[in-house]
Amino acid sequence: MPDTLAIKRISATPSALIPLESLRSGGPVYSKLVDISKCIGCKGCEVACKEWNDLKVEQTANFGSMQSHKDLSSNTWLLMRFNEVEVGDDLQWLIKKDACLHCEEPGCLFACPAPGAIVQYQNGIVDFNQDQCIGCQNCVSGCPFDIPRFDKSTKTVAKCNMCIDRVEVGLEPACVKTCPTNAIQWGIKEDMLALAEKKVETMKRRGYEHAALYNPGGVGGTHMMYVVPHGDRLEDYSLPAHPVASPAPLHGLSVLRRVGSYLLGFGVVSALAHFLAVGPESPEDEAWEPKP
Amino acid sequence: MTNHWKDIKNADVVLVMGANPAENHPCGFKWALEARDENGAKLLTIDPRFTRTSAVADKHLQIRPGSDIAILGGLIRHILTNDLHHADYVRAHTNASFIISGDFGFEDGLFSGFEEAGSRYDKTSWSYQRAADGYVRRDPTLEDPQCVFQLLRRHYDRYTPAMVAQIAGCSEQKFLEMADIICSTGRADRVGTIMYAVGWTMHTVGSQIIRTGAILQLLLGNIGRPGGGINALRGHANVQGATDHAIVAGILPGYLKVPTPEQTTLAEHLEASTPQPLVPDTVNYWGNYPKFMVSLLKAWFGDSATTANEFGYHYLGKPDGDATWLSIWDEAYHGRLEGFITLGFNPLLAGPDIPRLLQSMSRLKWMTVIDPFMLDSAEFWKAPGMNPAEIDTEVLYLPTTHWIERDGSFTNSGRWAQWKEKAIDPPDGVRSDTWVLSELFWRVKELYQQDGGAYDEPIQNLTWNYLNPREPLLTELAKEINGYDHATGQLLSSFGQLQADGGTSSGNWLYTGSYTEAGNMMARRGTADPTGLGMHHEWAFSWPANRRVLYNRASADAEGRPWDPTRAGIAWTGREWIGDVPDYGRTTPPDAAGAFIMTEEGVARLFSSQMADGPFSEHYEPVESPTVNALHESVPVNPVINWYDGVRETLASEGDDFPHACTIYRVVEHEHFVTQNVPLLVEAMPDFFIEIPEGLAAEKGIENGGRARVWSKRGEVEGVAIVTKRIKPLLVNGRTVWTVGIPVHWGFAGGTSNTHASMANLLTPFIGDANTRCPEFKAFLVNIARAEPRAT
Repeated sequence: MPDTLAIKRISATPSALIPLESLRSGGPVYSKLVDISKCIGCKGCEVACKEWNDLKVEQTANFGSMQSHKDLSSNTWLLMRFNEVEVGDDLQWLIKKDACLHCEEPGCLFACPAPGAIVQYQNGIVDFNQDQCIGCQNCVSGCPFDIPRFDKSTKTVAKCNMCIDRVEVGLEPACVKTCPTNAIQWGIKEDMLALAEKKVETMKRRGYEHAALYNPGGVGGTHMMYVVPHGDRLEDYSLPAHPVASPAPLHGLSVLRRVGSYLLGFGVVSALAHFLAVGPESPEDEAWEPKP
Repeated sequence: MTNHWKDIKNADVVLVMGANPAENHPCGFKWALEARDENGAKLLTIDPRFTRTSAVADKHLQIRPGSDIAILGGLIRHILTNDLHHADYVRAHTNASFIISGDFGFEDGLFSGFEEAGSRYDKTSWSYQRAADGYVRRDPTLEDPQCVFQLLRRHYDRYTPAMVAQIAGCSEQKFLEMADIICSTGRADRVGTIMYAVGWTMHTVGSQIIRTGAILQLLLGNIGRPGGGINALRGHANVQGATDHAIVAGILPGYLKVPTPEQTTLAEHLEASTPQPLVPDTVNYWGNYPKFMVSLLKAWFGDSATTANEFGYHYLGKPDGDATWLSIWDEAYHGRLEGFITLGFNPLLAGPDIPRLLQSMSRLKWMTVIDPFMLDSAEFWKAPGMNPAEIDTEVLYLPTTHWIERDGSFTNSGRWAQWKEKAIDPPDGVRSDTWVLSELFWRVKELYQQDGGAYDEPIQNLTWNYLNPREPLLTELAKEINGYDHATGQLLSSFGQLQADGGTSSGNWLYTGSYTEAGNMMARRGTADPTGLGMHHEWAFSWPANRRVLYNRASADAEGRPWDPTRAGIAWTGREWIGDVPDYGRTTPPDAAGAFIMTEEGVARLFSSQMADGPFSEHYEPVESPTVNALHESVPVNPVINWYDGVRETLASEGDDFPHACTIYRVVEHEHFVTQNVPLLVEAMPDFFIEIPEGLAAEKGIENGGRARVWSKRGEVEGVAIVTKRIKPLLVNGRTVWTVGIPVHWGFAGGTSNTHASMANLLTPFIGDANTRCPEFKAFLVNIARAEPRAT
C-alpha cells in the first residue's frame, strides 16, 4: 500500500538524510481545484478551516468590506478576499479563496534554515512543523504568494496544512468538505487538471474568453489550483502572474541561520556532521527557472 | 416551491428575483450553478443590489426596491407583444379562454368594484360568464375581447419598456436584454425557473408580485415542468413545514380554512369551504375538503369527536378579525392584549418599526419567551432608550432545546419532509419544546379540573394519547399527523383513504403517507434516480403523495406527451403515467380532466378572483416611495391595504427629508439572530454595517470603513459604512434615486457580537401586504449622513 505521507523534501535537510523508508514511492499526488466562477464567498471554507484545525477565533471588525479579516494570520489560514472591479460597464465582484497553494517547488521550504520545520510530502502537501520552527520568517520572504504568517506569541510561522490529518486517512480537506457549491474540489492532480480543462471550456462558452487554469510553472505547479474566469486580470484576484520560487538571494543568509539554528539546539544535532559534509539540499537547477 | 431544489439543475433559464440564494440558501444554490455550467443555462439576477448571487450570475439588472411588478408586468407585455408565449400550453392548461363578466374593468389604478369606504373590493365583477349549463363560457380561439387572454393583453399593455425603465430606474436596453433571455422559454424544448424569496413577499403588493411571476411562468408554459416552476425559497430549514402545519394566521394544518363566526355549524363551514367545479372536466380536488377537515378534527379530539357533536367543530375558535403578525402587535400597542407566548422566534427584532414594538411589549402584562437563547425579545425592557422602571411587563424565560439537540423533521423549500436525528445532548436542566407545551397543556387542564371555568370542553376533550403524556415523542406526533384508519388501527398510506365520516384521522392531510405501516417515510435515504432528473422518490417524503413536481400533469400536452421528452415530468404510455407521481390517478387518461387538479377551473388562473387587490396585478408604489406612481398618480399605493390606527403619522410625508430608497436583507454568514451566539460566525461577519453606493457616500463625505447614520421617520441606526460599486444610482421618473442597504442580523442583547449594534427594523414601516399583511420590510425611505468614529 502506498504511503500517503511519503516525504519528498525536508527543509534544510539533504535528501540523503531523509530516512529511506520515508522516501519510498508515495501514493497519489493530490490537488485542490478552486473554481472561482462557482465561489459565492460564503466563507464556509474559512469557518470549516478554523473549526477543523482548532484555530483561535480572532476579534474582527468590519473595515468596509464583506471580507472578514484584513489579512491572513497564524490563526486564519484561509481568507476569502473580496474585490469589486469595474471594466467599462462590466462590474465583477471577485471573490478569491486565499490560502497556501502548496507549490511543487515550495519557496518557503527552500528558504527555511531549520531542519524539519517544513516538510513536503510526495502527495503534494507542504506542511509546517512548529516544533522545529525557529521563527526566522525566511519562509515568509521565500513564499511568492505571501501566505505564511508569523505568530508573535509562539514565535513560529503557520499556514494551511491541507488538513493533512484528514488527507492521511483518506478524507478531503475541511474546506472541500464544507463548500456548498462544490467550488472547491479535491482529487488526484491529473484528474483535477482534466476537470480544470473542462471548466475552462465551460467558462469560455459562457463568454469568459480569457478563462484560464492557474497552476504556475514558476513554482513547478501548485496543489491548490484555480480556474479563473478573467485569466487576463490575475492581479484583480491578487494572483501573481509569474510567481517564482527562488532561493538565490536568501541562500547565503539561510546557511548562516541554519548554522545558528543548530547552535541554538534546534533540529537533529546528530545529523550535523553528515550535514556539513554533504551540504544543504539544492533543488535541481532547471527547477529554479521560471517556466514559460 | 412548485418544484424542488435539485430540479433547478434542469432549467435553461434561472431567474433569481426577490431572492439571494447564494447568501441565504447556499446549499440549494449549487443546483442553479449546475444548471449554468452543465446545462448551459443563463443565470440571471434582478435585485436592488448586486449580491453574491449576482457575482456568479450571467447577467444582473439593478432595480429600485418596490418596482418588481413593473418589471414582471413589462416581461408579460414583452411576451404578448412578441408572441413569445407557449401557445399550446396556455390553451391547454390556463384559463386564458375563460370569458369574464362584462362589468369587469380597470381604470386609473382601480379595478372595478372598489369601495372607498372600506378600502376593499366588491369582487362581483371579477367573475366568469356562465353558459346555460352553469359552467363557465370559454373561447378556445382566445379572441373574445372579454376572454382572460385578451384582458391580460390589454391590462399589461401599459407596461412598455419605457414605462418599466421609468419606474424601476433601469435602462430600457438592459431591461430588454434581460427580457429576451427570460422570455426565451416559451417553447416546448426550453424551460425556465424562477427562484424567489422574501424579496418578493415583503411588500404591500407582495402577494401580487408572486402572482405576476406565476402569470409569467404560465404564459411561458413553465409550471409543472421539470426545470420550471415558481419556487419560493423558504427561510430557515423548516419554514415550509411551519406553514404546512399552520404556524401562520388564517389557516388550519394542510391549508384548511379557519372557521368564521358566520359558520355556526360544521355543515356550513364545509359548504363554504368546498368549491364547486366551474367546468365539467376538472378533478377539483378541494372537493374532498370535508374528508380533510373531519379527519383533522378526529386527530385533535379523538373519541370525543362524534357525529353528535359535529366532530368537535364547536371546540374550534371562530375568530372575528385578523390575527396576523401586525394585528397582534397592533392589539398590544392599543393595550388590548394581555399576554404573549413566543416560541422559536425573536419577535422584537423580526417585526417592523421596533420603536412601536417596544411600546407594544411594554403594554403587555406578561410575555413568555421559550427559546434556546436569551433573546432580545426577552430583554426588550433594556433595549436602547427604554426605561425599565416604567415597564410593568412580567417576562418569563424558559430555556428549551435547540433543534440540533432533538430529532424531528424539517420540511425544506422543495416540500421534502426529511427526518433528522438528535446530534448532541441539551445542556442540563434544559427541556424540550414538547415538554414545555405538554406541561402547559396539563397544568391548564388541571386548573380547569380543580377550579372549573367557562367552556373547558376543548381542553378537556383534546386527545393526548402518548406513551409519556408529559413529553410526547416526535415520532408519535409524526404518526398522529400522518393519520390512522380507526377501523383497523393502522397508519394510513395515502390521503386518498381519508373519510368524512369520522372513520379516519389525520393531523395534516398533506402529510398522510409520511409515516405509514412501512415506517417513517421521512427517514428514507434512497438515492435511486430512475428519471435522471433528480426526483429521488425514495429520499424522504415529499408532500403531497411523494410528488416531486406540483402540477406535473402540465408537463405534458393535451394527449399526455411530454412537452420535452428529454425532461419529462410524467408521460402517458397509453395505459398509465410514468415518471413522477402523477397529479391524478396513475391510469386516469390524459383527457379525463384539467391539469390543475386543485382549482375548480381545472386549469391555472391567469385571472384570479382569490386576491384582495385585483384579479391581475398592478404596480403600486411602496407606502414610502421616492417618486409618484407613473401609471396613475391618483392611486399611488395599493388601495386595499389595512392602515392601522396611527401608522400614517409614522410614514415619511410631504416636506419630510427622506430622499433615499432603503432595503433590508440578510447575509450568508448569519442565520437571522441565532448565530450571534456562534463565535466563528461572528468572526466571519462581525459588525452591523450599512451598504452605501459610492456616489452617495462621496456626496455625504462618508468613507469606506468609516461610520454612517441612517434614519427613517421611525428610528435611526448607525454602523460601519461599506461603500460599494455594487449599487448604482437610478434614474426614476427623471430624478436620481440612491438605494441604501441594511442587514438585519444584529440586536442589543445576548450573543457574542462585539458591537451590540443597531437593528435594521428600527427603520421599517408598520404596514403590510393587502392579502397576507406580511410587512413591507423591503422598500422604504431614509436619509443618511456621516457619523463620527466611535470612541474605542
